[in-house]
Amino acid sequence: MNSNHTAIRVDGLCKEYRIGAAPEKYRTLRDSIAAALKAPFNRIRGQLPTANTRIWALQDVSFTVERGQVLGVIGRNGAGKSTLLKLLSRVTEPTRGEIEITGRVGSLLEVGTGFHPELTGRENIYLNGAILGMKRIEIEKKFDEIVDFSGVEQFIDTPVKRYSSGMYLRLAFAVAAHLEPEILVVDEVLAVGDAEFQRKCLGKMDDVAHEGRTVLFVSHNMSAILQLTQEAILLEKGRLVQRGPSTEVVDRYLSAGYSQSGVRMWEKDEIPADAAPFVPNALRVCNPQGTVVDTVRSTEPVTLEIEYSLDRPITGLRVGVYLMSMRGELIFTAFDTDSTELFEKHSERAAGRFISRCTIPADTLNEGRYAVGINASSFRVQRYFHDERALVFNVDSTGAPGMHWPEQRLGMVRPRLDWEIERI
Amino acid sequence: MTLTTPPPPETIRIRPTRGWIALNLGDLWRYRELVYFLTWRDIKVRYKQTALGVGWAILTPLIQMIVFSVIFGNIARLDSEGFPYPIFTFVALLPWQLFAKAMSDAGRSLVSNRNMLTKVYFPRLVIPVSTLVSGLLDFAIAFVIMIGMMVYYKISPTPAFWTLPLFLLLALTTALGVGLWFSAMNVHYRDIGYVLPFLTEVWKYITPVAYSAQYVTGAWKFIYALNPMAGVVQGFRWAILGTDLGPDAALTIGISTAISIIVLISGLYYFRRMERTFADTV
Repeated sequence: MNSNHTAIRVDGLCKEYRIGAAPEKYRTLRDSIAAALKAPFNRIRGQLPTANTRIWALQDVSFTVERGQVLGVIGRNGAGKSTLLKLLSRVTEPTRGEIEITGRVGSLLEVGTGFHPELTGRENIYLNGAILGMKRIEIEKKFDEIVDFSGVEQFIDTPVKRYSSGMYLRLAFAVAAHLEPEILVVDEVLAVGDAEFQRKCLGKMDDVAHEGRTVLFVSHNMSAILQLTQEAILLEKGRLVQRGPSTEVVDRYLSAGYSQSGVRMWEKDEIPADAAPFVPNALRVCNPQGTVVDTVRSTEPVTLEIEYSLDRPITGLRVGVYLMSMRGELIFTAFDTDSTELFEKHSERAAGRFISRCTIPADTLNEGRYAVGINASSFRVQRYFHDERALVFNVDSTGAPGMHWPEQRLGMVRPRLDWEIERI
Repeated sequence: MTLTTPPPPETIRIRPTRGWIALNLGDLWRYRELVYFLTWRDIKVRYKQTALGVGWAILTPLIQMIVFSVIFGNIARLDSEGFPYPIFTFVALLPWQLFAKAMSDAGRSLVSNRNMLTKVYFPRLVIPVSTLVSGLLDFAIAFVIMIGMMVYYKISPTPAFWTLPLFLLLALTTALGVGLWFSAMNVHYRDIGYVLPFLTEVWKYITPVAYSAQYVTGAWKFIYALNPMAGVVQGFRWAILGTDLGPDAALTIGISTAISIIVLISGLYYFRRMERTFADTV
């Protein structure tokens, strides 16, 4: 392979983390001293040192990215995407393996790094630029462009603590976007900001790609991946499981049955005592094949399944779901005995185990994340159990109406309407 | 737009580092503008929303001097080698305040800049170094006050005055060395945050800030010189006031310098060794 055309070469990359070394859990001197004192005794007792508290965030990942290529990186939360980005941007060191990068790496996960609330917009542009690795002359040259892009001209000499969060973000993004790195890493930032600003960001990313720069695009948004990338890699539990044309990789990602997610179980201590005799067991989100999934396609029906048991018979029980946007707007509430037929048939429910299942028709939800809650009650008698946010799932709008326009459709539903165009 | 072609992009190799590694100070030099901007940020932000503003940089050493003058000069009547006690102690407070502030700021610097550490690459040394540089502003302000006091007390500088930068350098070396140790340790052990104020206080009393180093005699002198700040303070007094350094001056200052350099070099290596896990643990 001609190395002159390779922008990124990742070879056998591994990263090990200790779990329990989470940011809020500091080691203290006392702990270290205590551990050092205990260590010999542990060895005598035959206990191994804490090998089991380590996890591999990335395991033997190898790939190359050619100069000018836009590569999508997809994977579920915890698959190792952010670890990969951190290693690429040299924030942290690999445990094993090697990365070779040709050119400056700029990353849109760094927006606003080092912004100081007391400083003005102008001052923060210089500071942030320097942190991202720009030279002062470079910042001066691009200053007007940055201010222009951010659209905060009037407030450029106001401390950023008086900015709205949108203005703050726009300014931060503007600096990052003008870094003009040879390699740009974009991570999910597009999820923030208003629609117009998101369009600007996507546009900027497209420009960068057309200038022959290399882009690594990390997203949960499969339609954005399909629009912006030709090729993608899929990470699963720290391993690279597939590399290929984006359509194929996205397909595998969406159709894989990720059983741990897309289901919610309740432990004994999560169920309040007054829920009796109702005992919730599980809530599941299933695709048409009946697989439990955390991401469903908007073009396919989605099945919600509530499994529960009753310790004694209940009269007039209704078990239902709430569907909410992540911002908490209620989209609908529905109960299993909403139809008069079922209502009459199940006026009294015997003790035992049950499943109440409903299907949201295809072409109902727009892309995004949704929360499902459950409710079990007897109307005007008693509410046995309710959990407003039992489970969250994603809807991917690949193939939904209007996807040929690369824009974000606002609204929570995305119905396939019967349109007619008639000449009169 | 521009006619200049960009320089060919350089290739960076990222791989795990093991054992003792090169200090890579060239990288620090390449990021000197970042040192400048972070220093500038610290200075700009420091006195924002305070009523007195930069006045605090003047008041802090003045108040300290007044307290010392009342307690040690007027009440305890400590010997000040024939000089007015206020200027005798102020000359010592000058490097001491620089050191104490640099040590505690540098010690906390990595933790307080953790959002930068976890998101962007830059040589981590930039952070403690820039806190040190920003401390120089307060030093400069206090220095001007000292010149005013020299005029007031009619003390004319001796030729030794020109050696002052060397003692300033010694103070900075010590502060950076100690700061590097504490900043890197603070990432893993937040205990440092509690140790620092206490340590500063104790250190101030084992340094001849409020009293004359002449009180320390015999073999104790050499043990005393193990504290580099003792050498710095005596040097400042000698350079500015012309106090008598005593017969073993060269040796004691030599010990102080050697210790200071050892602390700095070991601090640099310790910092570089811990650096690779900063982003994961901070």
